[in-house]
Amino acid sequence: MIRAAARNRELVALLPVAVLVTIGFAAVFAQSEDRLSDLSLSYGLYFLAICLLAHIFIRVRLPDADPFLFPLMALLTAIGLIMIYRLDSELARDLARDQANWFVVGLAFFAAVITFLRDYSALERYKYTIALVGIALLLAPRLPLIGEQVNGAWLGVRIGPIGFQPAELAKIAIIVFLAGYLWETRELLIVKARRILGLTLPPLKYLGPLLLVWGVSMFMLVFIRDLGSSLMFFAAFLALLYVATGRLSFVVVGVAMFFLGAWFFYNTVGHVTDRVDIWLDPWSDPGGAGYQVLQSMFAQADGGLFGAGFAQSLFVIPGTNDALVPAAHTDLIYTMIVSETGLAGGIAVISIYLLFAARGFKTAILAEDGFSKLLATGLTAVFAFQAFVIIGGVTRVIPLTGVTLPLVSYGGSSIVANFILLALLLLVSDRARRRAREVAP
Amino acid sequence: MNDRISRLFGVITVLFVILAGFTAWWTVVRAEELRGEQANKRPLFEAQKVKRGTIRTSDGTVIAVSNPVGRGESRRFVRDYPLGGLFGHPIGYSFAEQGNSEFERYHNETLTGEDSEVDSLIDQLTGATPVGKSITTALDADAQQTAFDLLAGQGGSVVAIEPDTGKVRVAASLPTYDPNLVPESLPELNGDSSAPLLDRATQGQYPPGSTFKVVTAAAALDSGAIDSTTLIDSPSTLTIQGQPLSNFGGASFGQIDVQTALTNSANTFFATLGETVGSDTMFEYMDRFGFNAKPRIDLPRDELSVSGVFEGGSLVDSSDGVDVARIAIGQERLLVTPLQMAEVAAAVANDGVLIEPRIWTTVRDADGRVTARMEPERQSEVMSAATAGELTEAMTDVVSEGTGTAAALSGIDVAGKTGTAEVPGRAECEGLPNQAWFIGFAPADDPEIAVAATVECTTGTGGSVAAPIAAGVMQALTD
Repeated sequence: MIRAAARNRELVALLPVAVLVTIGFAAVFAQSEDRLSDLSLSYGLYFLAICLLAHIFIRVRLPDADPFLFPLMALLTAIGLIMIYRLDSELARDLARDQANWFVVGLAFFAAVITFLRDYSALERYKYTIALVGIALLLAPRLPLIGEQVNGAWLGVRIGPIGFQPAELAKIAIIVFLAGYLWETRELLIVKARRILGLTLPPLKYLGPLLLVWGVSMFMLVFIRDLGSSLMFFAAFLALLYVATGRLSFVVVGVAMFFLGAWFFYNTVGHVTDRVDIWLDPWSDPGGAGYQVLQSMFAQADGGLFGAGFAQSLFVIPGTNDALVPAAHTDLIYTMIVSETGLAGGIAVISIYLLFAARGFKTAILAEDGFSKLLATGLTAVFAFQAFVIIGGVTRVIPLTGVTLPLVSYGGSSIVANFILLALLLLVSDRARRRAREVAP
Repeated sequence: MNDRISRLFGVITVLFVILAGFTAWWTVVRAEELRGEQANKRPLFEAQKVKRGTIRTSDGTVIAVSNPVGRGESRRFVRDYPLGGLFGHPIGYSFAEQGNSEFERYHNETLTGEDSEVDSLIDQLTGATPVGKSITTALDADAQQTAFDLLAGQGGSVVAIEPDTGKVRVAASLPTYDPNLVPESLPELNGDSSAPLLDRATQGQYPPGSTFKVVTAAAALDSGAIDSTTLIDSPSTLTIQGQPLSNFGGASFGQIDVQTALTNSANTFFATLGETVGSDTMFEYMDRFGFNAKPRIDLPRDELSVSGVFEGGSLVDSSDGVDVARIAIGQERLLVTPLQMAEVAAAVANDGVLIEPRIWTTVRDADGRVTARMEPERQSEVMSAATAGELTEAMTDVVSEGTGTAAALSGIDVAGKTGTAEVPGRAECEGLPNQAWFIGFAPADDPEIAVAATVECTTGTGGSVAAPIAAGVMQALTD
């Protein structure tokens, strides 16, 4: 009874997604009928059919799982898909089709994780192996032959026709490792902590792996040149450290270390300096380095409260194929959403991420054992921080970096990784809520 | 552990509220400033979505029209100038990347249809595409072409105004440019040493030479310093402020009246007259003619030059100890625009009343209905009708028997004044020292058109070079 109720709520929660997709695709199609084929209208239907299949799968395999996590993710994917479909109409490309296909691939991974990982506590046992896999993934883009530079950052790996960004998957591996490691050593970190100069610090022996995480962040900053991922990883790490140990002093030390490192590299490494300087003063080079962030601000200014209207905002220089808003389908997709749907649309998107975070943390609170709690917390936190890093970048809260807006930006790796993340969250949720149901009645 | 998770959610909530706050900052709080930024081309591209109104000559010939390029969302309108360089000045250009200039810029709100608030609001609510209004000008393509032909490749300018309405019929400036080429070659045009983008009619600042004697004579007669019969000695040379001041060719005229002096352009007569009148009265009359202020024409103020006496690049007035004798004969760092000198001729022609010059005449909406019509605006009463009559008589003599005979037209009496300013050492002139001028109007008894013509860098005089050009343009406009 209760199980069916949860799944029915999920089905009802998918309704807004269906409405949004229908209206969104119809609107784009109506605006640009002359340039879009009738077939392209079917991507929306295709997307909805896949959503329904995923829902049935969850109904069968994880009947107790949180009913809102999947619909919220589907909603974000739908917003991204509509936005990309709308950009397609002017770019004369089929990015929306690719994105819909990646959605299918992402759900295939989602189903595979749920099917083969019946007992996710296995992750805890293999945490060091998983950590190594994560670090290997981060290093891959610097390897010869397969490594690939994207906008100056070593983010991509290309094997034959398939390119992907391993940092997206690495974030899950690192979170799994941190959840396992911090759960195991948490007591030692607290009990053996010493007060040095008024700050409570964990013993050196256990500090090692944590320093390693800091090292990985700094490494990413300098050698992968991925400022955004570096920030997002480190924030998630500190969040987990705090939740695991309850020691705010560890977080303070961590933040201090990060800023010390970042400050050092700001003064010594050119690309870090550039990124930060552009952030502080984009007007110093409005046609060059500052172009993207300035265009982001200009496009948002056109949005106002309710936006320029759907498919009304300029992102291509009229009469040319040159981008006025560079990377509108990836880095600056939030800019495009704000430009066309205004402050209202921007706040709506931010609210969806916040709702997702609320459901994710709720899952963590319901979970029984510490590892599950930390795992759910870490996955939720890294997802939320990633959204913060890129939205913060395009709104000039922090320097603009090249991480994707989870599920909304165009990109296969992002979709696949985030659906694996969802699978893990639902596994934790299903177990926690089943137990709660069995205990409660 | 659960309360720490809750606190973490609190932190993330705060971070997201910051994101919403910054989004609001750019979309609402700072939106207006961002839209006005130099680096922000979006408003220009947006403007391209609007079909800008057509600009026409007085007989309906199209000067500027917007044509659609592309379809659907990327459809935009691009300005085309079918007459090429003929009206590069004073119409200017309008392109997304390069912006607007001159007439296109001054009338931008009308041409884009933004001038009517109510329409814009209704358009926004109904989602209708805004359409610009069309403007008909007083410009005459044939007369403008005549001016170009007669200038024959020389640098210079011709301005022709209807004295009683202020309608600008000709505003030619050479060298010119083809506005159609602006999108591709604006940097080259800007760097061109012959300055084709400079509208000489409104921004060219030249010494007026003897044409300024009309202003001096008006001041002297109208203020009562002399009357038309007053005789003043006019020897071949006077010493003014320690420097000799001579008549052209060293001629000595003896005791003559103002009409004879103007006909023969006697320098010593007018230098003495200037000192008689005094600098205060002189500047008072210059102000009445429109000197020492931007012309009140429908062109952007920052694209207009002031005419007056300049000291080290800035304007001086009568209190600055100027040499009024030399001002009276058009020297002493007096710099004027062709438009200002055409206004001098027009004021004399219109019984002493100066009408503000206007290029536009009617505005029509997209359906062809007239929404505005130009009404002549009186700028100032420069002199009495009697003074204007006396000046007209003298200026008619200039053309019939004096220095301006080359401006004569068959069957029509022309009134005018020549001027030749010697400007040695102008680098762009390569040893051709003179600035030749003619200002005048026709017919003398019932003026239809007032004109100023000037030629840069010539060895000719106003009478030999500028007068025939003015005559040709007046002929074209009085046919």
